[in-house]
Amino acid sequence: MSKDNMIETITRISGVNPRKCMKCGKCSGACPAYDEMEYHPHQFVSMVENGRIDELMASKGIYTCLSCFACVERCPRNVEPAKLIEAVRLAVVRQQGMNHLAPETIAQMDDEQLPQQAVTSAFRKYKK
Amino acid sequence: MQRIGVFVCWCGSNIAATVDVEAVSEALGHEPGVVFSTNYQYMCSQTGQDMIQEKIHEYGLTGVVVCSCSPRMHEATFRKTCEKAGLNPYMVEIANIREQCSWIHKDKAEATEKAIILGRAAIAKVHLNAPLTAGTSPVTKRALVIGGGIAGIQTALDIADAGFEVDIVEKKPTIGGKMTQIDKTFPTLDCAACILTPKMVDCAQNEKISIYSYSEVEAVKGFVGNFHVTIRKKARYVKEDVCTGCGLCTEKCPQKKVPNEFNLGMDNRRAIYIPFAQAVPKVATIDPNYCTMLKTGKCGVCSKVCTAGAIDYKQKDELIEREYGAIVVATGYNPIKLDQFDEFAYSQSPDVVSSLEFERLMNAAGPTSGTLLRPSDHTHPKTIVFVQCVGSRCDGAQKGKPYCSKICCMYTAKHAMLCREKYPDTDVYVFYIDVRTPGKGFDEFYRRAVEEYGVHYIKGMVGKVVPEGGKLKVQASDLLDNRQLHIDADMVVLAAAIEPDESARPLATMLTASMDTNDFFTEAHPKLRPVESPTAGVFLSGACQGPKDIPETVAQAGAAASKVIGLLSKDQLTCNPCVAQPDELMCNGCSSCEKVCPYGAITYVDKEFRGPNRTTLLRRVAQVNPAVCQGCGACTVACPSGAMDLKGFSNKQIMAEVDAICR
Repeated sequence: MSKDNMIETITRISGVNPRKCMKCGKCSGACPAYDEMEYHPHQFVSMVENGRIDELMASKGIYTCLSCFACVERCPRNVEPAKLIEAVRLAVVRQQGMNHLAPETIAQMDDEQLPQQAVTSAFRKYKK
Repeated sequence: MQRIGVFVCWCGSNIAATVDVEAVSEALGHEPGVVFSTNYQYMCSQTGQDMIQEKIHEYGLTGVVVCSCSPRMHEATFRKTCEKAGLNPYMVEIANIREQCSWIHKDKAEATEKAIILGRAAIAKVHLNAPLTAGTSPVTKRALVIGGGIAGIQTALDIADAGFEVDIVEKKPTIGGKMTQIDKTFPTLDCAACILTPKMVDCAQNEKISIYSYSEVEAVKGFVGNFHVTIRKKARYVKEDVCTGCGLCTEKCPQKKVPNEFNLGMDNRRAIYIPFAQAVPKVATIDPNYCTMLKTGKCGVCSKVCTAGAIDYKQKDELIEREYGAIVVATGYNPIKLDQFDEFAYSQSPDVVSSLEFERLMNAAGPTSGTLLRPSDHTHPKTIVFVQCVGSRCDGAQKGKPYCSKICCMYTAKHAMLCREKYPDTDVYVFYIDVRTPGKGFDEFYRRAVEEYGVHYIKGMVGKVVPEGGKLKVQASDLLDNRQLHIDADMVVLAAAIEPDESARPLATMLTASMDTNDFFTEAHPKLRPVESPTAGVFLSGACQGPKDIPETVAQAGAAASKVIGLLSKDQLTCNPCVAQPDELMCNGCSSCEKVCPYGAITYVDKEFRGPNRTTLLRRVAQVNPAVCQGCGACTVACPSGAMDLKGFSNKQIMAEVDAICR
């Protein structure tokens, strides 16, 4: 996916406009998991704005975010950095060509114990 | 039939590049009643104006249509031009083919067609225009200044200096405003009181200035040159003309537990008080919310100790009626309340203070007599954290203000510098988003704080403050070092956003003066008329118009005064002749117009009319005071029987324009 498309995808999923950010850093000042992440809340925002989404998607830090929403609560511009992180996590699971399930394998996997719902949601997550 | 001349302006290339001016003047030349039509490069130039005058004489024109820029720009110019040539100025109509045509269209054919239509509408209107004569109204040579801070004081002094009488209405017991609470002023670090109190005394001693302290404006009627204002002089329970300001009562009053607003509640005053030593007028005031005598009828100590006999527990509010020619609004500002920003623990710890409170803690007349001590345990703070932009530059939708409060960067630099100078063993941190220090000597001042005084300026914001074990745990980001900081501070100082005083909104309603969404007064033109309100005769001084520091406030106060002086030096004002006029035969006396009139220009009278068979009928009909009417047209819309019409903008004229457009 192109850089612009990626920005568009993340902003659409999150409903966040990263251009509203005035780079005050209050999100990073509020973040309780700051030291656990290689990229910090204020960086999420500028990385999305600048299209560095591949780097974010490859980062482990997005799973360290507690989704405590301190950054969302404190942001003076209502930018909502935590929602961007959630959107990046979703973008990771929705990646094209990264399917964990192929339709033709379903038959082999079929198991009496496997709930129908699990198969359906697996498709929704991985097949796009 | 009118003899109309049409003058199409090119406005250089502003109009001519998008509108075929030749085609417009040609097409409009064939309209009924048009005897002359031409176009010219700059109609507003002397040559252009000369041409209009020449053609009025040559063709005996009775009406003129100028197709040019907005009437806001040059209607007055062309009216004057025609008046000099002997034509009534209200026989001139402007067709706006610039702002409403050439500037907003790209296609030349379309724009040309629209310009012709706009010109046709103006011609149709001129056919129905009638000469109008402007009346005059006298000017009351007295000004009212609402608010007695540095803005109001400076405006009043300047107006008085020109020889006109001025009244200052101040709601607090003393004039002086916020500046009295400030310790030092940037960038020179001179003492605020030392430069302000002489001006306060000047006001009190100037025979042209009357101070109504502890008073509020209750009602405003009238219009430019003739305002009628009701002032409520609140009961202070002390006879102002008898009290000598000796202050004995303020020492003897047994009610000692009243939060002292001058020190922002950080210490106490008595129920009878003089706000501070240099108060003007230096007169005691009884706080009715705390006075035992006023509440229970049992006490009377102040009355007993007062040798002058100034105490009067029976005093009542007094209403004063006054006439003014001009009104200056100088209602000032307040820091916002910090309850929505409790991540900084303002409500949880007395050691988290606002910048104005810090100002009092540094001041010799403050609660700590000028020694910087923590409010909680009265120890010297060793680590102080300043947080900028608290409530400023917010999204504004939920909390805070969308604007930059402008003064915080400079006063925070001042505070930080003063801390380091007086107490070199303190560590001072300033968290900033941007340092905004434009102004003469301002950036140099901030750099001095960093370079000479060793204040730690950190680009980033404090995320939270947690009071713990007598310390304030500050968690913040350092964006340039890309790390999170944890500071154990002794004090945290919040640079709270500033907002207009809460009295501004109701005052704006009384004055019919417009405000922006943040309750700052709107100026008549943001660049060219910065000290005038769009409402004639109302002027703006100081922070009521927008955040300002002291030098800017004083400059604007002087500018407002010069505008007031310009107005008051006139003996007569020319009225707008485009006022409402009722057709008495159609008026049904319903009072709809009277109710909607924002200026109180309409009254109803019982009038005799001739009825059929030589009878007389008594009917209730509307009457318009042409000196008060501002020609807004609200009544013409409200009138259910179509009796009300606006001269120069009659329903017939407007319909003729619409017809011409739709032809």
